[in-house]
Amino acid sequence: MNAEKHILTMLVDNQPGVLSRVVGLFSGRGYNIESLCVAPTIDPLVSRITLVTNANLPAIEQIEKQLRKLINVIKLRDLSGKEAVRREMALICVKAKPENRAEILRIVDIFRCKVVDIGLEHYIIEVSGDMDKLDALINLLKPMGIKKIARTGAVALFREPN
Amino acid sequence: MEMTGGQILMQALVDEAVDVIFGFPGGAVIEVYDELVKTDIEHILVRHEQGAVHAADGYARASGKVGVCLVTSGPGATNTVTGIASAHSDSIPLVVITGQVPTQLIGNDAFQEVDIVGITRPCTKHNYLINDVADIGKVIREAFYLARTGRPGPVLVDIPKNLVSAKTKYKPVTQVHMKSYNPTYSPNMKQLKKVAKLVKEARKPVIFAGGGIILSGASEVLTAFARKTHIPVTASLMGLGGFPGSDPLWLGMIGMHGTYRANMSASFCDLMIGIGVRFDDRVTGKTDAFAEQAEIVHIDIDPTSIRKNIAVNIPIVGDCKQSLASLNELVADQDSDTLLNRKKEWLDQIDEWKKTNPLAYDQKDIIKPQFVVEKLFELTKGEAIVTTEVGQNQMWAAQYYHFDRPNNFITSGGLGCMGFGLPAAIGAQIAKPDRTVVDIAGDGSIQMNIQEMATAVQYKLPVKIVILNNGFLGMVRQWQELFYGKRYAATCMDCAPDFVKLAEAYGAVGLRAKKPTEVEQVLSEGLATPGPVIMDFAVEPEEGVYPMVPAGAPITEMLLV
Repeated sequence: MNAEKHILTMLVDNQPGVLSRVVGLFSGRGYNIESLCVAPTIDPLVSRITLVTNANLPAIEQIEKQLRKLINVIKLRDLSGKEAVRREMALICVKAKPENRAEILRIVDIFRCKVVDIGLEHYIIEVSGDMDKLDALINLLKPMGIKKIARTGAVALFREPN
Repeated sequence: MEMTGGQILMQALVDEAVDVIFGFPGGAVIEVYDELVKTDIEHILVRHEQGAVHAADGYARASGKVGVCLVTSGPGATNTVTGIASAHSDSIPLVVITGQVPTQLIGNDAFQEVDIVGITRPCTKHNYLINDVADIGKVIREAFYLARTGRPGPVLVDIPKNLVSAKTKYKPVTQVHMKSYNPTYSPNMKQLKKVAKLVKEARKPVIFAGGGIILSGASEVLTAFARKTHIPVTASLMGLGGFPGSDPLWLGMIGMHGTYRANMSASFCDLMIGIGVRFDDRVTGKTDAFAEQAEIVHIDIDPTSIRKNIAVNIPIVGDCKQSLASLNELVADQDSDTLLNRKKEWLDQIDEWKKTNPLAYDQKDIIKPQFVVEKLFELTKGEAIVTTEVGQNQMWAAQYYHFDRPNNFITSGGLGCMGFGLPAAIGAQIAKPDRTVVDIAGDGSIQMNIQEMATAVQYKLPVKIVILNNGFLGMVRQWQELFYGKRYAATCMDCAPDFVKLAEAYGAVGLRAKKPTEVEQVLSEGLATPGPVIMDFAVEPEEGVYPMVPAGAPITEMLLV
């Protein structure tokens, strides 16, 4: 069975060691984590973890059951379907030689991202969007030379029914 | 009322009706022990912390209560890990309390500091490091609640030393509420109705019972269900005793060392009802070939057990006892004779399998280990609580001691932990002081926790240890014989202690049998002798456990002798 990308979001107790339980479950059972994002919610006692993993159908079923079994996991949802909003942010430090500067700014404009730092030989670009958008931008910037990149990993929310 | 952390801890333990703790003191728990002696809780001083956990495990299984351990930080805590992992594999309810260095020293690599919560995260049901004295009462309550509800398991609570003497206002915690923990006890009735329909139609059904039957107290409802529907029953190692071993519907154990008829029945059935099992690899062999013609029903309280190892047709999450009780109601109007007629050919076939390939061995002029277990079964009338070590001794105990009742067979099933049997026997004997408790051991595994002889002697616990002494690490030797060209790498234990003298050195009684004719005499004498006794049986060195399914093969491919 083919492995597919799944984006899981869960509410967990905001306590020391909880992240380690989640991550340990993946490493201990041989599952893979592609990206991971954790921060508190409005309720300071609860954090949201958003995790992207590659797994086939039986494996993702097992992963979800195992996560739900953790005492500190309050709620879990697979947001891989269409009914969710998925976003990721990245900071990209790209080489900005004089002959490329205009082109980079054009790309930034088209992708509706921002230049947040400028140096004699670089720009730092802030971009957010779905993962495909980030990948596309990175591909376009690659020929100019990407010096550094920091991606947040995906976050996602279920769309509220109207 | 102001109380110290230590006092709150004791109050919480008393509230949980704890009457015995297995433990070993140390620097980080001196204050806890100082409070413990002021209570009525009995403390059993083991000789190694691993022994404390196995003893608590044996106690929990024999009594049905939560087993409790108390150890110090650092090495005290790390020594519990094997025992915790074993209890975790077998879903045994334990609360393990470990001392920790004072809060302000945590993370400083202090003397006897280890991150035991980090170490035991994957092998506990849940664990806690307490940061505030005010949390002690609540955490202990939660720990017991988690340990015994849902799929039971061990819970570890790490308490820094300074919190034990710290004071706080005590508020009793009467109810546990955990928003993220709600085990499903009630089965889905729609699914159960499908099962009842399959039961009616099946011509070749089999029930496969596991440890969940014993943990949920479902033996009686299971027996009623099988007898009403005339469905033969096999069980995993952990399920032995969940269905009477003397019942005509009993098939014997399934799996790598299962009986011929159990493995054949499981492989050729048209309906398999798995209850309280997890389809472990030692049971299924090659999963693709397992029960491949059958509709598979899987009932278990732990959703992760379902569809983990094999695909099932009807998954049901729920408590074994509740599920079987509901099933019994659903099949109540089915006619027992019609059900029997439908299965006649199947039951005849199973009888045939039983006749052609029964469990068997040749008793010659050297003692056969199976003979010792059979004699033990006879002499104890099948009523002993039997613990085992791990390996051949464990399999022979499972095959030749026929358990009629639950909670009488105590073995490290999932983890397969050598050194389990003696401390587990100690725990079981404390839970059931009037019962005969026997540890069926090998000469290799008994040496892994032999130091607990001193515990048995100190507390005058009359545990009987039957050593099937073949001078080998027998199960590994058997694999080497069959699959590794008889190269006995590191399996010959040619320097063993004299177990009779060893028993005497501990202040116990030692007996020995060298010939088959001496077996009965030694067993009778050993069982009748008060106090702990080691019985050393010089058995056939290269006897094997059969049937045997090579690892990863379909369970129909049995080596028979």
